[in-house]
Formats: sequence, C-alpha cells, structure tokens
Amino acid sequence: MSGESTYNPRSGFAKWMDSRLPILRLAHDSFVDYPTPKNLNYWWTFGGILTFCLVTQIITGIILAMHYTPHVDFAFNSVEHIMRNVNYGWLIRYIHSNGASMFFLAVYIHIFRGLYYGSYKAPREVLWILGVIIYLLMMAAAFMGYVLPWGQMSLWGATVITNLFGAIPVVGESVAIWLWGGYSIDNPTLNRFFSLHYLIPFLIMGVVILHIWALHVPGNNNPVGISVKSKQDTVPFHPYYTVKDGFALTVFLILFAYFIFFAPNVLGHADNYIQANPLVTPAHIVPEWYLLPFYAILRAVPDKLGGVALMFGAIFILFLLPWLDTSKVRSARYRPLFRQFYALLVLDCLLLGYLGAQPAEGIYIVLARIGTIYYFAHFLVVLPVLGIVEKPKAVPESISEPVLGAQPAE
Amino acid sequence: MADEHNANGDENNRRDFLYLTTGAFAAIGAANIAWPLIHQMNPDASVKALASIEVDLAAIETGQSITVTWRGKPVFIRRRTEGEIVDARSVAESDMPDPENDIDRVQKDEWLVMVGICTHLGCVPLGQAGDFNGWFCPCHGSHYDTSGRIRKGPAPKNLEIPSYEFVGDSRIKIG
Repeated sequence: MSGESTYNPRSGFAKWMDSRLPILRLAHDSFVDYPTPKNLNYWWTFGGILTFCLVTQIITGIILAMHYTPHVDFAFNSVEHIMRNVNYGWLIRYIHSNGASMFFLAVYIHIFRGLYYGSYKAPREVLWILGVIIYLLMMAAAFMGYVLPWGQMSLWGATVITNLFGAIPVVGESVAIWLWGGYSIDNPTLNRFFSLHYLIPFLIMGVVILHIWALHVPGNNNPVGISVKSKQDTVPFHPYYTVKDGFALTVFLILFAYFIFFAPNVLGHADNYIQANPLVTPAHIVPEWYLLPFYAILRAVPDKLGGVALMFGAIFILFLLPWLDTSKVRSARYRPLFRQFYALLVLDCLLLGYLGAQPAEGIYIVLARIGTIYYFAHFLVVLPVLGIVEKPKAVPESISEPVLGAQPAE
Repeated sequence: MADEHNANGDENNRRDFLYLTTGAFAAIGAANIAWPLIHQMNPDASVKALASIEVDLAAIETGQSITVTWRGKPVFIRRRTEGEIVDARSVAESDMPDPENDIDRVQKDEWLVMVGICTHLGCVPLGQAGDFNGWFCPCHGSHYDTSGRIRKGPAPKNLEIPSYEFVGDSRIKIG
C-alpha cells in the first residue's frame, strides 16, 4: 500500500512479535489506519457483509457436516435428523441454507456496484478478475451444496447441470461419466460433491485474501470514480468504516433473520422435501433463484451445445469487461448515456431471472431470446461503442470538491 | 551462443539437451502421478459389476410397459401394439431431426427397449404422452414417437437403445 506504515507497537509482546512476524502491523495497516476515500456510500459496505456471509457459511457448514451422512441411503434422513433431533439443528441448517441466498444477494449488489461505478477499470482489472473467480467458485459450492440433502430437486438439478458437460463434442460423455463415477448420478457422485463442497469455501477464503490484497494496492474506488489525490481525500478505515460497515451489516442481518425465523423455506423448492427418485422426474425443474438468469439463457437457445456455450459465455464475458469498456470515465455519475444502458442491463437480468422460473414455451422463450441478445450486446457492442460516442459530464477535480465546492481561485 | 563460446560450444548444446530431457521426464512423471488421482473418479469395480441385468418379459401384455433400472438409469421396455408399430414405420425422414428407421431400433418388432433418459438434459420422459403418442419430457418439452425418436423439442437425438440380446423367447439381457 502507498504510504508509510503508521503502526507503533506499544506493549512488550507487540514489539517482540513485530520483529518476528509483523502480522499485527499488517492488520493495523490494512484495517485500522488504512486510508479510505471519505465519500464511500452504503453500496461500499457489501464487501464486509460478504466476508461475514463466508465466515457464517463455513462455521454452520462445519457443524452440519458433524451430523450429516453423505450416502444415498442415509443423506435425506440425516438432514431430517438434523432438523428434528440435533440440538438447534433446525437453526443451524436454516442459517446455512438461507445463508447461501443471502450470500448471493450480497454478491449481486456488490457486482452491480462495481459495474455502476466502473470499479473494474484500470488499475483494478486484477481485483475485478479475482472477484469473478470468487463468484464462479460460489456458484460451484452452491450447486454442490444443493445436491447434499438428496431431495428430488437435488438429484434432478444435478442431472441437468452435469448433463451440460455431455454437450461438449467428442469427450462429453466420458467427462459426464467421470464426474458421476458411474452411469448416472448416484452414491459416488453424492460422496464427491460432499468432499468438494467442503473444500470450495476454503478456496474462496484464499481468493478473498488475494482480492483484498489486490484492493489495497490501488486502494478503494469511490462514488465519483476519481483517484485519491491527497490525504484530505481519505479517512482512516477505523473507526469511520468499521462503524459504517457494522451498521450496514446489522440492517442486513434483520433481513437475514427474517428469512431464517419467518420464511425459512420460501427461497427453496417444496420438491426437495421428497427423497430423490431416479425413476421419476419432477414436472418442473428449477434451479435456486440466484442461478435463474443463466438457466433462462441456457433454455433460450434451441441447440444443446449452443445453449451451454452461451450460458458459460455469460459468465466468462465478465473476465473481459475491463477491456470491453472503452470509456476512461469510471463513475456512471458522469456518464449520462451509460446510466440508461446500465438500468437496462439491471432490468434485463431481472427479466431473465423471472423467465428462468417459467416453463420454456411460447412467449417466455421469445422474451428469453431478446433478453439473452441484450445481455451479450451490452458487453460486446454497447460498452465498446459508448466509450467513443458518449460525451461525459465534467468530472470534479478531487474527491473533496463536490462536497466542499470548488476552491475559489486565489 | 555457440559463436561466443567457441571453446565449449558443445557444452552448451549438451546443457540444452539435459534441460530438455530433465523437463520431459519431470512432465511424464507428473502425468503418471496425476493419472491415478484423476482416474479414481471413474466408475469403480463395484459399479461396473452391476453393468448388465436380465429381465423376464413373460408377464408383459401387448400395450404394457415396464421400467427397469440398469446402471442406475431407467430402461423402458414396451410391448408395442400393431398400431404403434405401423405409426413408427410410416414416418417420413424429413419429419425426424435424427433420422433412423424403426426396424433398426428393435430386434423383435413388438419389443421396444430403450434408455428412458431424455437426450436433452437427462430427465425421465413420461410414457404414452406428447404429440406423437410416444414419450414426452416434462422438463423442456421434447416429444418422442412410438419408436422413441425425437420429433419435436430441444433434444438432439433419439432415445438411446442399450446393447441387449434375447436369451430366450421372453428373456433379455441388457448390457
């Protein structure tokens, strides 16, 4: 990080430690006296909220693993055992299952914050790419976690998703059999999904550390999107942002608690309380809400391989975003045209999410195709062209200027 | 480089050779170690041991179907009616996304044996349903005819015919 370390060990132990493993200095420079832009709004509190979500999922997950049995004959009943017999098992499981939804809610806000304020632009490309990797890992973890209760949606959701790999030309079928460890989803599949579901959160933790490291090199972006020019533009992270993040987290926890205590199954699917049956497919297979937009893209394409390619493409295009957006102005506040297209993208993603939950027929297919075309056009056409044709509004001289007013010329 | 070090030009070539061979051996060694770690995920001996089953067909009347489990997948066995066989054999090739003659899909005309997994994304289709009175997949709307061939919807292929043989007049061995 730019600037000298301001850490000053006071106790004897802190001095002793500082000359051996300066971890307290690292913590102080990263989370106490870390210079942070003074104009961050509440959209910037979701990084802290996401860290909280990750830690919550890991703690509740480790506890659930103490009571869960990853075997096709016992998995479903062991989840019911957790719900009925284990002390506070119902609470821990509802925190974990709703926690996944809360995690995705927070990550979507965090991603769209980045899209709005141009947080992916130079010099934060690597920071952005690490974020997309975390998002991919989250989807893998959530998908495998959903299989573990071994209900009908677990089995058939997993069947649909693993069959996506079967669309790969030539090697597709061998890849699917390798993933399953058999000729269909069965006990070997459940076992390995459990193993990987336990692993991935720790991988996420590792990438999160890199993500924070990559954040602390250029420092935070901010709502006006211009770089920090002087010490007047920043405040120390503690207490200013520890308190702000803490308040935002408390509000977020109210929503979290509402779902846990009053609507714990509203975000799930009733079919998952029926034990998995490989001979009967539920009438209507839907993924969890946070994967619906991608499911809509998958089904919008009348060709199997094409649908799979576009669905994965919809995620991988985010890796290229820093180079697709040609505008030098970061914040949408000064980009009148971009703001309108940004609103369109948000509506498009919500529309695709809605369509992913509808049957794939009639008007829904037509709308899903239009939504898919706009999604890709936004990144491949609109953003490159906009940077050239758009005339941005005047960008302020410094972070302080919009608040304090331009300094009168002497 | 050889020009700069005339005296030991050969030496440099020898060093390059050593680097390359060392690297190649390390790569082969790494691949050999990686393979067991990858291959352990493929179907194990106990899964493969269940790879074939025998089914008694004697109790199935014309117009009835049964579903048996083979390799963890449903297999549909249907004793077709005359009408269904006639329907299956009077389809124009242009009406089939994956053209195949009914005669190539059965060993005995009335017995249709196929894997009951939609070739789109793996759901189990419902029998005697859909626009062609064959099978209909509720997941994404694929319609199959009385020969199990895809006729309408997103599935790319006909329902798969497993390898099977008659081991008596009314017994088959699948797998």
